[in-house]
Amino acid sequence: MLINCPYCGPRDLCEFTYQGDANRTRPAPDSTDLSAWNSYVYERVNTAGDHREYWQHSGGCRSHLVVVRSTLTHEIKSIGMARSETAQTGRQESAGSAPRRQEKRP
Amino acid sequence: MAEYSALSLIKHAWTGNRDWRPAWRKPDPKPSYDVVIVGGGGHGLATAYYLAKEHGITNVAVVEKGWLGSGNIGRNTTIVRSNYLLRESIRFYEFSLRLWEDLAQDLNYNVMFSQRGVLNLAHSPGQADDFIRRGNAMRHGGADAVWLTPREIARKVPGLDLSRSARFPVVGGLLQPRAGTARHDAVAWGFARAADRRGVDIIENCEVTGFLRDGDRITGVATTRGDIEARKVAVAVAGSTGRVMKLAGIDTLPIESHVLQAFVTEGLKPFVNTVVTFGGGHLYMSQSDKGGLVFGGDIDGYNSYAQRGNLPVVEDVMSEMVALFPGLTRARLLRSWGGVMDMSMDGSPIITTGPLPGMYLNSGWCYGGFKATPASGWCFAWTIAKDEPHAYNAPYTLDRFQRGILIDEKGQGATPRLH
Repeated sequence: MLINCPYCGPRDLCEFTYQGDANRTRPAPDSTDLSAWNSYVYERVNTAGDHREYWQHSGGCRSHLVVVRSTLTHEIKSIGMARSETAQTGRQESAGSAPRRQEKRP
Repeated sequence: MAEYSALSLIKHAWTGNRDWRPAWRKPDPKPSYDVVIVGGGGHGLATAYYLAKEHGITNVAVVEKGWLGSGNIGRNTTIVRSNYLLRESIRFYEFSLRLWEDLAQDLNYNVMFSQRGVLNLAHSPGQADDFIRRGNAMRHGGADAVWLTPREIARKVPGLDLSRSARFPVVGGLLQPRAGTARHDAVAWGFARAADRRGVDIIENCEVTGFLRDGDRITGVATTRGDIEARKVAVAVAGSTGRVMKLAGIDTLPIESHVLQAFVTEGLKPFVNTVVTFGGGHLYMSQSDKGGLVFGGDIDGYNSYAQRGNLPVVEDVMSEMVALFPGLTRARLLRSWGGVMDMSMDGSPIITTGPLPGMYLNSGWCYGGFKATPASGWCFAWTIAKDEPHAYNAPYTLDRFQRGILIDEKGQGATPRLH
């Protein structure tokens, strides 16, 4: 399996570390919703087909990547930097907790 | 019942071996059964056998997508052991080992169970302490364990590199003498034949495409060979658990499917008469009766439903093998293959009623399902027959993750690729 790192180009699988299912959403750190935490930590969709997942180019540029890969054929469908994705989703998620942070500041 | 015996061998030899019956029938599915078991692997067939034998439930069908024993029952490295640390695990796997000891007689089928021992090598004082602790826990739980010094190991396994200059010098080893190996295909065939003789229908080439429902309740399965109604539907499909359970509307489970590879070398003269595992990395190897060295290591480490893996793990496993046995550098690899493992979130299985009414689930075997085959079938049959778990499988619930009562042998948490 070759993974085409957006920064380094195509590199062998052995340079990469698998970091798991990227379909999950971590609840806010102060969330006390146990079922949300349970589903984040333990529940998996376990897709047979195109699977969205995190990899790190740990033996190369150390970038964290979001890869869409078929679990049936191991074919990689798309690949991108995790930071650009999390930057977008991170902003959406933190929107709810932003006012509270402002309260703490003064 | 045509029993296999020395006498029957002689009789059939005299008559030119023309009158052997097939080991099991090939029936067409009936419209309804008391129990339908999805998955004709080791666990499904064992479940059918024990349902018939222990609970008198013989109106049972086992439906299998491919041919019988085409999945993990025929893809494992055949190791049987009960060398676990936690109480729940020792109790369950030791029960399994006891079933193994009588299995050939019980099934009237030679499963070639060979109690040649499993030797876990320790490569540091810390690992030795850890193994000795596990050995004590095993003995406390009724299993057997012996600590071997390097000198004793040298006598038992002459090919090992036990020099001080080894990359990971061996400081000792934990041996479970009653553990060993079994002929994996024979286990599938033996359970199939024994279940068939008791009236169970084994239906091959019959893929489940959906579940019949009455509201929430599961009332049967839709298959490529027509609908089959059932009072109880039991699912024992290992790596395909996610796919099959989605057909019932269960979208998430505490399971990920991963690919595990296994390897066999060309046939060699008798080289090692026990199962050896490498504690410096992750390798387990034994020699089959044909002479091939059968071995494997870690799972590839990424989600996969493909029954084939990638080369980094191959290279890793080979380097471990050569580190342990330098004399094997010129042995040629004959075959390698992959199987899909149902990796659970704590490394322990799930044998339970539910998650829907009328349904029963047996899953999460990670890559230790083979040794559990008899006990898994026995406990699953009990759970199906009585609608409640036996004490042996009571801890293996589906909701233990949410309730925080995990059975995490290695303490690695919800990282399936590490179990």
